[in-house]
Amino acid sequence: MRMRKPPPDDLDTRLRKAREELDRQGWRGPRGPRNASFGMALEVAIEMVGTLAVAVGIGWVLDDWLATRPLFLVIFFFLGAAAGGLNVYRRAQRISGVGRDGDGNGDDRDAGSRE
Amino acid sequence: MGTGTATIATPGPGNRAWQGSVAEGAESPLSQFEISTIVPIDLGGVDASFTNASLFMVIAIVAVTVFLVGGMSRRAVVPGRWQSMAELAYEFVAGMIRDNVGTEGRRFFPFVFSLFMFILFANMLGLLPYSFTVTSHIIVTFALAAVVFLGVTVVALVKHGLRFFTFFMPSGVPILMAPLLVPIEIVSYLARPVTLSLRLFANMMAGHTMLKVFGGFVVLLGLLGFAPVLVIVLLFGLEVVVAILQAYVFTILTCLYLNDALHLH
Repeated sequence: MRMRKPPPDDLDTRLRKAREELDRQGWRGPRGPRNASFGMALEVAIEMVGTLAVAVGIGWVLDDWLATRPLFLVIFFFLGAAAGGLNVYRRAQRISGVGRDGDGNGDDRDAGSRE
Repeated sequence: MGTGTATIATPGPGNRAWQGSVAEGAESPLSQFEISTIVPIDLGGVDASFTNASLFMVIAIVAVTVFLVGGMSRRAVVPGRWQSMAELAYEFVAGMIRDNVGTEGRRFFPFVFSLFMFILFANMLGLLPYSFTVTSHIIVTFALAAVVFLGVTVVALVKHGLRFFTFFMPSGVPILMAPLLVPIEIVSYLARPVTLSLRLFANMMAGHTMLKVFGGFVVLLGLLGFAPVLVIVLLFGLEVVVAILQAYVFTILTCLYLNDALHLH
């Protein structure tokens, strides 16, 4: 009976070869849906709308309490918009790795290298 | 569904209008989120009934316990498959805390680990047919986020006392800007539990609704229904990723908030 399969290579050398090949192509781990634009859009929307809603809620309660109906509502609307923008900006910074080390994408690389 | 539907409404304001427009016999894609009472309990006028949501939370906790206790029962030096999975989960969260909070965060490991495992199992159990997704209800995710928010704030206050409030003043900013920046920072801080819970809730609800909508297409298209089935297979794969990813995101943000509380950047 003839051997159909080629003699099995040493697994280590095959693994090394495959890793070198991937390194050459500049492969940096699986690209999860975190990088996908839809996920990003949802993130931004949640961050902005959530922050704005909280701020407007605070303004509403303050107005009820101090009987100054439109004043704090207007002030906190703009504060909420600013805070929402700030949150999105910080998140984007973290994802693109501009900020401190060890946040955002850094974890993915660590998880990969521990294996 | 049953006779004992609780007073908690399904998400989505246009639920009734939607039901009217769907062809007869087809179920609303949102009916999967309905809460039904299993054991009615009334605590002094407060409806504390045991519902299908409670049931699936209990199932999630039992499943986590069985998974971890069963996996570690043999305590082998060379772990088998099950023990490897349990150890992997442990080391994943431990590494997350180590990288994002540092050694001081180790005291909070039990809490963060419980949180991660509960959300992960609740998300994954929700993907089984005929099951109920606990995390697709904003009150559940908000309760989790509120515990994180209050806990982190208390930790910061205990550790730093009144110096905690310097957190709201970004460093290196002229004092003239303070009246504008401090309220922005406070609003941004107070919005944390809302955005944290909204993220998990929105992802889970959107995914499950989408699956049901495409499931409805299969019924409506009859013989051509194989096309949406293919889409459902792809969507289901995506939902598995989302279920794991959102558990991860919730946990990593808890770690980052804990880091802010301990170090006040």
